[in-house]
Amino acid sequence: MEHRITLYCQITALAELREFLRNTLTMPKLSDSDKFQITLAVEEVCANLIIHSHHCNPTDHIELEVKSFENKLIFEIKDQGNAFNLLDYEVPDLMKVKGEKRKGGLGIILVKRIMDEIEFESYEGMNTCRLIKWFRS
Amino acid sequence: MLNIISVSENENDILVLEGEVDASNSVLIDEAIMKLIEEGSKSILINGHKLEYISSAGLGVFMSYLEDFEEKNVDFKIFGLSDQVFEVFKILGLHQLMNIYPSKEVALNS
Repeated sequence: MEHRITLYCQITALAELREFLRNTLTMPKLSDSDKFQITLAVEEVCANLIIHSHHCNPTDHIELEVKSFENKLIFEIKDQGNAFNLLDYEVPDLMKVKGEKRKGGLGIILVKRIMDEIEFESYEGMNTCRLIKWFRS
Repeated sequence: MLNIISVSENENDILVLEGEVDASNSVLIDEAIMKLIEEGSKSILINGHKLEYISSAGLGVFMSYLEDFEEKNVDFKIFGLSDQVFEVFKILGLHQLMNIYPSKEVALNS
């Protein structure tokens, strides 16, 4: 099964994204806790792209495709523009975030801890971030 | 949708968060906490009973005030989080940096 949504780069799209994921993540193998955390991780990546890569420009858009397999879920997030490769992003130390009174930096930690695999590729101006979650048996 | 209700009880200021917190509305929590600090509050509590969802944008707001709370001797507590929301605090290790309690009664007596 495949599901896809186009999100325009404004922060109000995040609620729309959660609604889409609520309707898409209906697999019986997923617990409510899994659904909550997966939604959070996908939202964190999309929020990063919308806010930092696209500066909330509503004429830009990102595409999310959800692919469901027997043993895993793949979330493919595509955008065009300056590539943000979260694999290159160094996870900040929590005490440093606190000391610097920073509000950002936590989202990427969540993505890396919630998802089982993260892939990133950039080809001819198209960036693809792939988040993979294995089903626990 | 996020709704924030500010309640003052004795010397405690309680912010009741209702709904979902994301990057579109976390600034509202930021403003509410800032206002309480400016008013000189010494005890700020977050009531999370009706908090259905929170992303890093909201968690980051709490993080960004922890130093201020220490410097200004503000007692900051969170209570009533659902299991799923509390789980997110735990994934980040925030439960070791913040005082989180199951209920208001326990929070006020700790």
